[in-house]
Amino acid sequence: MSIIEIKGLHKVYDGKSLPVYAVNGIDIKIEAGEFTAVVGPSGSGKTTLLNIVGGLDEPTEGEVFIDGVKITGLSGKEKTDFRMKNIGFVFQAYNLIPVFTAKENVEFILHLQGKPKAERERRTKELLEAVGLGDRMDSRPNKLSGGQQQRVAVARALASKPKFILADEPTANLDSKSTDNLLEIMEKLNREENITFLFSTHDQRVVSKARRVITIQDGVVVSDIRK
Amino acid sequence: MISSFAWRNLWRNKLRSFVIITAVTLGIFAGIFLMAFMNGMVNDRVQTIIGTEISHIQIHRPGFMDSDLFTLRIANADSVVNVVNKIPGVSAATKRIVINSMAASAETGTGVKITGIDPENEKKVTSLYTKIIEGRYLDATGKNPIVIGETLAKKLKVGLKNKIIITVQDVNNNITGGAFRVVGIYRTDNNMFDEANVYVRNSDISALSGLDGKEAHEVAILLNNNDATEAAGKAVAACFPQLEVKDWLKISPEAGYLVSAMDQYMYIFMVVILLALCFGIINTMLMVIMERVRELGMLMAIGMNKLKVFMMIMLETVFLSLTGGVLGIVGGYFVTRYFEHAGINLYFWKEAFASMGYSAMVYPVIEPGTMIIVTIMVIVTGIFSSLYPAYKALKLNPSQAIRS
Repeated sequence: MSIIEIKGLHKVYDGKSLPVYAVNGIDIKIEAGEFTAVVGPSGSGKTTLLNIVGGLDEPTEGEVFIDGVKITGLSGKEKTDFRMKNIGFVFQAYNLIPVFTAKENVEFILHLQGKPKAERERRTKELLEAVGLGDRMDSRPNKLSGGQQQRVAVARALASKPKFILADEPTANLDSKSTDNLLEIMEKLNREENITFLFSTHDQRVVSKARRVITIQDGVVVSDIRK
Repeated sequence: MISSFAWRNLWRNKLRSFVIITAVTLGIFAGIFLMAFMNGMVNDRVQTIIGTEISHIQIHRPGFMDSDLFTLRIANADSVVNVVNKIPGVSAATKRIVINSMAASAETGTGVKITGIDPENEKKVTSLYTKIIEGRYLDATGKNPIVIGETLAKKLKVGLKNKIIITVQDVNNNITGGAFRVVGIYRTDNNMFDEANVYVRNSDISALSGLDGKEAHEVAILLNNNDATEAAGKAVAACFPQLEVKDWLKISPEAGYLVSAMDQYMYIFMVVILLALCFGIINTMLMVIMERVRELGMLMAIGMNKLKVFMMIMLETVFLSLTGGVLGIVGGYFVTRYFEHAGINLYFWKEAFASMGYSAMVYPVIEPGTMIIVTIMVIVTGIFSSLYPAYKALKLNPSQAIRS
């Protein structure tokens, strides 16, 4: 069974004068352990696609299944709960909580899940060490570089043991060195722990590392290449 | 962790939080202090009414209070005083002859209320002897001494040692008169009282009216404290079913209304302060929400449900309100406690206060119950202020908020 299955997906926004077809009939299956990049020019529909796959937006038509569960049509509360348990998010602008330390940022999602303190602390430590920030656990985001912040965001995304990680242009704000470092960590997690990654990106360095590249243009898949 | 998150969020923008906390602190401080000030004024007025003017409880023949009829006398007033003195809660009791009459000086005359007192017993019940500003209080010496108020002295244009002619009705319903010499002039905080009340010895007025000295129109009772009024009033009434027993709230209902009305005014005043602060807090919290749209979107995306988002915003608002509120309450408490002993002297407006029966020296008083009620009001204000900002946060669309 596919981790992500997208069937006949359409998303139409009400434009000022004419409707805007952001996603115009997409069918994709992503298997467990894939390291997939969704690429395309600005306005091609990749962010809309990721929002719908992540349960943050509802399609006009079509269905999305995550590990066999149809998430399109779920209520707002059900979607929130589903996201918390099944999807890890990494955002372009890191979006860490500035008043929390790195450790607390990772721990927060486990707290939302109601995990006991001992488990929260053990898992947080493991994850921050896995992303190479074992020595910066008590640092607040403003004391971390952009690359380090994004690694905390990856650790946070992994904290709830999600079915896959959804990353919206995760390297857009990083320099080359930080990008290489982040990609290395994500590749390692994918290879060694079979974690599924789905990116949207413009960055050729990410595309070159991806083992599957889906290109979208005008809301439709124009190519789907497995390396 | 949500409460820790909310508390830390409060200090993200220290200047903004400081400004609104200061506003809340000053508002609550002003409210608490004003409540204590007004409470002090009212307490002082009530204590003056009780301590100088009417005491806690009075006993009369039925109908006397409405008619002031000379003939409505308590036959054996001394035995009534003796019985009353044994009732629990009673501090002291004294008998009085009360006659509404005319007082005339060489210059002019006016209507007054003559109270014939037993000077030593009266000292135990009222504080008249402490209000003497010229001359002396009544004692056993001299012939027909009289103590009058400062305002009356000015009106009659008399001073110490001057004579005043008192005209009264005697037991045979004849009009009789006597000359009394001014031995003392008193001043209370109530000009109207000072103008209308004169004090003579019970024995002198009894002799003038032809009374036997055992009779009286009134027995005045001072209790150990105001709280004992109801219980002691019932006990006294049970002892003398044929007599009319009234406590200070019934004798001077305006004093009771004053207490309850002032309480209500003060709470209305506090609600107005809190309402004004409420809009300041809402404004601050809306700015907070606007600044954190992306973060709120992220929190909702990673699985923070609406209830937790609501709780976080509400706790931030309550913490903001409560921090200022607690500082204001504590500040108000300590400043009140200081002035509770030191007093606030408003001598500039002494005459204006006296014309209304209030002292120009105010000792603010704050009750622990008031502090608790104000604290609850602050928390409720915080919760109320959080509703609209929290609603705005809940209306955010996570996918749009993240990209804002």
